[in-house]
Amino acid sequence: MSDPILRIRNLQVTAPDGRALTRGIDVDLAPGEVLGLIGESGAGKSTIGLAALGYGRGGCRISGGTVEVADRQIVPGTRRDREQVRGARVAYVAQSAAAAFNPAQRLGEQMIEAALYHGTMTRPEAEAWRDELIRVLQLPNPETFPDRYPHQVSGGQLQRAMIAMAMACRPDILVLDEPTTALDVTTQIEVLVLLRGLIRRYGTAALYITHDLAVVAQISDRIMVLRHGELVEQGTAQAILEAPQQDYTRRLVAERGAHERLAATRSPGAEILSVERLKVFYGHNQALHDVSLTLGRGETLAIVGESGSGKSTLARAIAGLPPFSQGRMRFDGAELPARFQKRSQDMLRRIQLVYQLPDVALNPRQTIAEIIGRPLQLYFGLRGKALAEGVARLLADVGLPADFAARLPGALSGGQKQRVCVARALAAQPDLIICDEVTSALDPLVAEEVLQLLARLQQERGLAYLFITHDLGVVRRIADRTLVMQKGRVVEEGPTETIFTPPWQGYTGELITSVPEMRRDWLDGLLATRGQALETAK
Amino acid sequence: MRKPTFTAWIGLAILAAYLVILIAGPHLAPFGQEDIIGSPFGDPEPGHPLGFDQNGRDMLSRLLYGGQMSIGVSLAAVLISFAVGIPMGFMAAIRGGWFDTILSRLVDTIMCVPVLISALVVLQALGSSLPVLVLTIALLDSTRVFRLSRVLAQGVGALEFAEVARLRGEGNWWLIRKEILPNVASPLVAEFGLRFCFTFLFVAGLSFLGLGVQPPFADWGGMVKDNQQAIVYGLYAPLYPAAAIAILTVGVNLVVDWMLAGRSAPQGDNR
Amino acid sequence: MSRLILKRLGLGVFTLWLVSVLVFAGTQVLPGDVASAILGQNATPEALDVLRRDLGLNDPLVLRYVTWLKGFATGDLGNSLASGQPVSELIGSRLMNTLMLAAYAAVISVPLAVVLGILVAVFRGSIFDRVMNVLALACVALPEYFLGLLLVLWFSVQLGWLPALADTYPGMGLGEWIKATTLPALTLVLVTMAQMMRMTRTALLGVMDQSYVETAWLKGLRAPRVVLRHALPNAAAPIVNVVAFNIAYLITGVVLVEAVFNYNGLGRFMVDAVAKRDLPLVQASALAFAAAFVLLNMIADIAAIALNPRLRHPR
Repeated sequence: MSDPILRIRNLQVTAPDGRALTRGIDVDLAPGEVLGLIGESGAGKSTIGLAALGYGRGGCRISGGTVEVADRQIVPGTRRDREQVRGARVAYVAQSAAAAFNPAQRLGEQMIEAALYHGTMTRPEAEAWRDELIRVLQLPNPETFPDRYPHQVSGGQLQRAMIAMAMACRPDILVLDEPTTALDVTTQIEVLVLLRGLIRRYGTAALYITHDLAVVAQISDRIMVLRHGELVEQGTAQAILEAPQQDYTRRLVAERGAHERLAATRSPGAEILSVERLKVFYGHNQALHDVSLTLGRGETLAIVGESGSGKSTLARAIAGLPPFSQGRMRFDGAELPARFQKRSQDMLRRIQLVYQLPDVALNPRQTIAEIIGRPLQLYFGLRGKALAEGVARLLADVGLPADFAARLPGALSGGQKQRVCVARALAAQPDLIICDEVTSALDPLVAEEVLQLLARLQQERGLAYLFITHDLGVVRRIADRTLVMQKGRVVEEGPTETIFTPPWQGYTGELITSVPEMRRDWLDGLLATRGQALETAK
Repeated sequence: MRKPTFTAWIGLAILAAYLVILIAGPHLAPFGQEDIIGSPFGDPEPGHPLGFDQNGRDMLSRLLYGGQMSIGVSLAAVLISFAVGIPMGFMAAIRGGWFDTILSRLVDTIMCVPVLISALVVLQALGSSLPVLVLTIALLDSTRVFRLSRVLAQGVGALEFAEVARLRGEGNWWLIRKEILPNVASPLVAEFGLRFCFTFLFVAGLSFLGLGVQPPFADWGGMVKDNQQAIVYGLYAPLYPAAAIAILTVGVNLVVDWMLAGRSAPQGDNR
Repeated sequence: MSRLILKRLGLGVFTLWLVSVLVFAGTQVLPGDVASAILGQNATPEALDVLRRDLGLNDPLVLRYVTWLKGFATGDLGNSLASGQPVSELIGSRLMNTLMLAAYAAVISVPLAVVLGILVAVFRGSIFDRVMNVLALACVALPEYFLGLLLVLWFSVQLGWLPALADTYPGMGLGEWIKATTLPALTLVLVTMAQMMRMTRTALLGVMDQSYVETAWLKGLRAPRVVLRHALPNAAAPIVNVVAFNIAYLITGVVLVEAVFNYNGLGRFMVDAVAKRDLPLVQASALAFAAAFVLLNMIADIAAIALNPRLRHPR
């Protein structure tokens, strides 16, 4: 390896409460090399990325170790050392570009600010370089784009503008902190392709931080796997994907690459839910246009789509939450009123909802026993000992220890909280559970466990699931039938097997082929098969 | 809650001392609030450590009597304003619709007029007596409590655990008692402290203007007004009641600062 | 954006009208009887009746309101019950005095509070920040009359620099006027400034915690540029709101301060009118104060709208 451009030794970062975020990490980055940092939340990957700029976020402190950029040491170092490196030699691209741009300043000004401030370019040079980047990153209307304000352009465009802003001083190193995670899959591909093209074109080295192995496989030369602030293993991308050495890495690779179904496809039972020509309005906006679907007992129907497709609105409409909807819904042969206030308590009991964010779905001031016990009390009149036994049984059903009953939600991990949410839904002994992105906020391995739990419960109890998700990998493994939505309309519906088997068409095809796969040559393959649009981007 | 800081301890000590005055003030006073036993603005002498007021009454005794009045009136007003404002605010947040619209519009309009001006208008119409004073301040103040509890309840009510409870078929009473109240208790307690401060200063201010607590009762705001002219002669008489008012306000503020601290983590220190 | 501003102007006018209803209701509908208040407890029923008829108290409520509002619009504010003089004559000059005192205080306190608020936010956690925080807390906690009396004790009694009473008269020179009103203005400055400074600090810190400020640090910018170019432009609207919020303190404060310094303004005058239960005077003064408050708030809101980049540059 040539002389590293970034050398981090024995990095220690401490949180304001004294917790260690990283414990002695070493990183070497060669010029032009792309190093993937991968791990779950809390692995310390963003912390390491920011340490490369000598920065600790939110009161975190770099408490030990050294950071050298090229031959200049910035940690330990003076503020002046750090300021001269930041933005000039090492630049940062955040996950949410929408929040990272100053809303009160034109994009063009923000994009050249670092170059002017560090004095690396004159204004005409900086503007020329910016305009070149705008063209390379294929931003629309290159002439007028710099005059726009952040709120005037889309999320995908802002993410590209942020990359251009980071390149302002032609830095040696880009720190890319989950740059595509907040984007829809189809947009993610565009940004990924452009980003890879840019890095190769200008020979910039990069730290690519992500939780998605398949994404990092497309772009990085080497991968470091992190967990709890420590290194699990590192190696070439090829080696990590094809021959992982550590058990943890193996599980990560296996989970991301899994295609086998968690439950056998069943023939659906009698119809439990039908929705006909459902329309939902938010003020003057129509969020759903004539959506129809049916769901049988014991069946799993997946609703997939990108943000803005109306999939969550559909879930909420079936739960009876939106104030203005039209159409007809039937549940187990009976009319299902549009608003939950009009539904009988028994109907409310039989349809349960599990949310994306278990943190806000559980009242932080109630114990787990109160949370799970309340449906038992309300619907079945359980009291005292019977109630405590019911709670214990439910905890066992979702695989949580019995002594969790006395705890508050704050003392639980994300995955455990989501299990509590499932237990609360089960307590009502429902026929239908609406799962709204239930695994999206969880780390991959934890999400996998929750999925397995849901599959097991369905087999034991014959539950029907309405599974709302943007994650096609999950759909493939759990859904009997799949319904694809775009802009409030159903664009395709059918058995999951059929939907996922080529030949694909139209939007569904675009959606399915945009999901990164765990092959290093996946992106190149996709570029080869896709149309002109992406090809020119390269 | 965090351990009390040094300043919080000072605040708590001040509150404790004033609590004693509230409960037992008149019993601790060596002389009656009406007893004229010295010369006007007489200097301190043994047995009269703070000297005498404009009528020659013992300053310390009047301070102890006045404390009970000043604190008692404010406390009563704040308690009533919370008793009115919180239920109304919660109901407006949960029920929404016309109930919320009408109440919110009304409150917005009342808040368009500075409280002191509104209070002066009411006192003009009804004259100043203790019940009128307490009720006027309480009702005017309850608009602030209403707004805060409505916003807090709306915030919690929009969270998914509250939605779960509604979808389960729980009634409003359950929502308020089990889902909302436990989650908004600490901001409401802090608000109680701040509103007490405001009300306390306000009552004192009205008395200072001669429109609050009426003679013969002693109260701190009125005592400042009565002794005001002494300041021109370089005498401290009006400063004692004024300081009594100020110290309590500082104490409450110290405690509230401590209670509200630690809600937002410090950021960007390591720049 | 201009639509939003027009809407806000319309709302302001509507609010003013609502406030007039409220003031009218407060003085007329409440169970107190003006006639017996004027004539006292021992008045004969006949005398009360005559007075009620003279005052129009027997007319229907709505009619009374319309008459009152019409009079107001034409500048006829009725006559004072106590002195019999026209209210408009009594109020005019005093309102002017009050506005001048408030303006004198605001011109000093607003810029000072905003600048200090920004400084303590930038040097958050420093000794300077802590000292200012304690001082601000003290000023917030001290009643206007306590501060006023302390200032009198120091500056007029002990040092003899400034008069203890704010005597003003028509036709006095500017220098004289400033000398007479500096102590009351200073009291107002201290009272309003502390709160404003604390809230400006909070508003700016709220912005300093945003992602785009982190972006600025990560560009390698130094503190002055981060604050001036990235934090302040976005904190402008919240700071304007802070200033607006403190207008209420200014108005309340002015009433109390006028009493402390025996200043011939509308506040002290209104307090006297309340004590005498002089209905037309109280109505007119209350409406004047409320209108000033509503107008200042409206101006602040419009400024906040005009400062919002999202509204200034729509999609």
